[in-house]
Amino acid sequence: MPLIDTLARMEAVAAGRAQPRCTVRHRHLSQRPLVLVPLTTAGEAGAPLGALVGTDREKPALLAVPQPRDRDLRFAFLAELAEEVLPYLDGFADAVGWEERKETDPETGKKVPVQVELCADAPQVIVPSGGGVEYVRLLGRSMRFRRTAEQEPDAPHPAPPHVPLLGRWLTHLGERSRVPGSALLLSMTDLLTRHWASGQSALEDQHLGALLAWIDPPPGRTGQEAAAYAESARGADGQLRCPPAGPATDPAFDNRLLAPATARYDAGLPGAEEALRTLLESQLRPAWDAVWHGIDLLRELPEGARVADRWKRDRWSYTAHRDRVRAGEPPQPRRDDAVTAAQKLAARESAQAQLDAQEALDDPLVMAGRRLAGEAFSGTVTAVEMAFSEGRRPMPRPLVTVRTDDRPQLSAGVRLHRPLPDGRTQTAEFVAFEEGDQGAPVVRLTGGMGRGKTPEPGSVPEPPDPVCWTLFEHSPRGGPELPDPEDTPWTHGGPPPAPGAPHDAPDPVTTEDFL
Amino acid sequence: MTAAQAHRPGPGRPFDPAAAAAAATDRILHDTLHGTLRGVVVDSPPGAGKSTLVVRAARELAAAGRPLMVVAQTNAQVDDLVLRLAGKDPQLPVGRLHSSEPGSFDPALSALPSVRTSAKAADLAGMDIVVSTAAKWAYTKVDEPWRHAIVDEAYQMRSDALLSVAGLFERALFVGDPGQLDPFSVVGAEQWAGLAYDPSSSAVATLLAHNPGLPQHRLPVSWRLPASAAPLVSRAFYPYTPFRSGTGHGDRRLAFGVPGDGSGVDRVLDEAAESGWGLLELPARRTPRTDPEAVRTVARVVRRLLDRGGATTGEAGPDAAEAPAPAPLTAGGIAVGTAHRDQAAAVRAALAELGVTGVAVDTANRLQGREFEVTVVLHPLSGRPDATAFHLETGRLCVLASRHRHACIVVCRAGVADLLDEHPSTEPVRLGVAVKFPDGWEAHHAVLAHLAEHRVAWRP
Repeated sequence: MPLIDTLARMEAVAAGRAQPRCTVRHRHLSQRPLVLVPLTTAGEAGAPLGALVGTDREKPALLAVPQPRDRDLRFAFLAELAEEVLPYLDGFADAVGWEERKETDPETGKKVPVQVELCADAPQVIVPSGGGVEYVRLLGRSMRFRRTAEQEPDAPHPAPPHVPLLGRWLTHLGERSRVPGSALLLSMTDLLTRHWASGQSALEDQHLGALLAWIDPPPGRTGQEAAAYAESARGADGQLRCPPAGPATDPAFDNRLLAPATARYDAGLPGAEEALRTLLESQLRPAWDAVWHGIDLLRELPEGARVADRWKRDRWSYTAHRDRVRAGEPPQPRRDDAVTAAQKLAARESAQAQLDAQEALDDPLVMAGRRLAGEAFSGTVTAVEMAFSEGRRPMPRPLVTVRTDDRPQLSAGVRLHRPLPDGRTQTAEFVAFEEGDQGAPVVRLTGGMGRGKTPEPGSVPEPPDPVCWTLFEHSPRGGPELPDPEDTPWTHGGPPPAPGAPHDAPDPVTTEDFL
Repeated sequence: MTAAQAHRPGPGRPFDPAAAAAAATDRILHDTLHGTLRGVVVDSPPGAGKSTLVVRAARELAAAGRPLMVVAQTNAQVDDLVLRLAGKDPQLPVGRLHSSEPGSFDPALSALPSVRTSAKAADLAGMDIVVSTAAKWAYTKVDEPWRHAIVDEAYQMRSDALLSVAGLFERALFVGDPGQLDPFSVVGAEQWAGLAYDPSSSAVATLLAHNPGLPQHRLPVSWRLPASAAPLVSRAFYPYTPFRSGTGHGDRRLAFGVPGDGSGVDRVLDEAAESGWGLLELPARRTPRTDPEAVRTVARVVRRLLDRGGATTGEAGPDAAEAPAPAPLTAGGIAVGTAHRDQAAAVRAALAELGVTGVAVDTANRLQGREFEVTVVLHPLSGRPDATAFHLETGRLCVLASRHRHACIVVCRAGVADLLDEHPSTEPVRLGVAVKFPDGWEAHHAVLAHLAEHRVAWRP
């Protein structure tokens, strides 16, 4: 954990209240997010129990599975979920703008600009915690390969219409959420821990109720007390006063309330289903309200300057998936091939580097953490000495002396970066400390001064300008191009098998399957 | 008697390290030059002559009229290889492909007559050997793949880096040290865990998963590690592929001109000079990463190494008539290893305060592949409240404990053994992922148990 976060947590403990880690909001928040609070059945992987879903905080749709072991009821749940979620996801598909993009012309092989559609906005799904994100992924995986009666009229147990399509969308959201800084699918605990440091451990922060208790404790209580209450206070009936935000349920609830209610439903008692729905709502509603509470808290923060830039990438991602669905492409494969996996990893690594840089540039408090870690320094310019590079065409390479209280990890030749008012980045390199004084680094500007023999006006800082140099790049570039999947080299097993090849077929049924 | 028989120790026939190493090298070169399979893998323990092997294989391939590309992982490694190639054969045409950024290669290369440097692969066409980093090769396009390649430090190369360069060659010799730090990713890659081509795994893991029949060799002798260190490093980090030191006990000596003043620092120096290992144990305490007391102690150990007129005596060469003379221990022969960059920065600052310059101070990641006379290590778990997977990583400790030719001095807070016992490894087990032996927890305990025999407790 970075030193500044340790400090913030200690301050939170001392103050009895979470401390801000940011001065701005670093994730896009949609005007109309879809909140989804799923519950799963204990002991049965991928068997949903119920969910609250919707875009209106006052009127969530309650979906419930009265007997989670009944696969028909599960399918009915998924069909209902598709009816609630798909119209929302599709709702952003038709409002488009046009963007210019460079594409390789298949005939000439040259890069030519083309006009492509970009959706003006994109959906945003918010779940309570990291477990919820995993659950969305699991639901996506379990649904996207289902076949409907329309696709395969003769197959038994067809899936209801739209279920495979919802599976593809949830898979896309789940996959996108692995990209650092993306905002199509977010968990409230991640959003809150990014912006506030509580006085408890990262593991305890996964409990949305406890986390909110630290950030916004009820009047007259400290964060500690409120969090302890949220986590473990039980009523006279032995039930948690603040049920967990799912997808797992509390064992006491399962044993004492859910199991008897399900048994009554199985016995066909009148009103049993309605009673079960009420029971599930009592577990779901607190988490639903907590998510909206979190949204309220986050909306109070102004959005960071570079957040829109990252949201645009989410819009590209949404548009691209919309196009794949419209083009009738098959669902995402079970596993990535070697090239796709490497591409995804490279994209996420550059997204992470970019996110780290952008958050620091958008937010002085985040930058303070980088300065404390020795990855940046800020100070005032005390002297500028004009100098030129050697070579046929001497270029300006002014030497700038900075007075700073920071202690950056500098060694000769380290590259430095600084944002210019016009949004460009100026590069420089560290030369030495003036007379060995650790508080007076001298840097040589190496860029951002135009192409002329004299630097462009305003591009060289002057005493006593404030400057903030970072040791990290501001817009790190991505990795090299990878081969096409059909050119996968021998070291990686050669080209992947074509879709539908024997490799892709289900495992053969053996006698052990019927043990 | 064949070469293979010559090195087999038997009754009355002592282990001959030179013969064992030569026999292994011969087998590797035979497979590389005359084998029919597309790849050959060589596992090399620390200091077993990996670079020498790479240089020799490259020269033999070139001599056989088979031009080749060499892939290394860092610019420093590439420059080092080019210098070694030119040193062995000044006439050999070697190309150094580098990035277009200024200062991306060692200026010393420009002075070599048969070495050509360029940022464009086309400029280096026709050279017998072209050397570059994996990152640069990944941006290179060729009309026809090279017939041969050598991939150096292949265990430190990530699978996705191999994916982007493997199309450039038809067959390759992969050389590396399986015990050093695994490649890593700053973002999660769990979703691909267990796939043969997991992009975050090492290049060799992917290569062998897809080509299980490739010949795998191993170099049996460490020329760097002294007789005092090889058994511990072999046992703790290479339990199933043991190796030996090329020198015997007493072949190398570390001595000081100035007697010790009785302080803990001097006592641990004497212990290390005597036994090859020293543990300077500070009182137990939970500290921030840049523990000021431990950092200052590390700096003082280095200062005293120099002040006390340390001198190292190496082993006699194969045909040296007289005993080798002691050489003074200089700052360039000393390295300080840490786990984190901020610790390295703090040690550098502390050394500067004591007026010491020229000592290499770096993290385990950056000390990989380097060699020093004496190393001073700030123990990765010193003063920590917890033992995370990062700090328990086997490779990190292996790198730190295997950089020295004479002695290794570890500075550590007391209580690491208890810390280990409180934090057993809890990494999830994933289907299809080869379990790596030994795990860091086990290796840490093995090293700690050995260091305890050379312990000097000290309160600064």
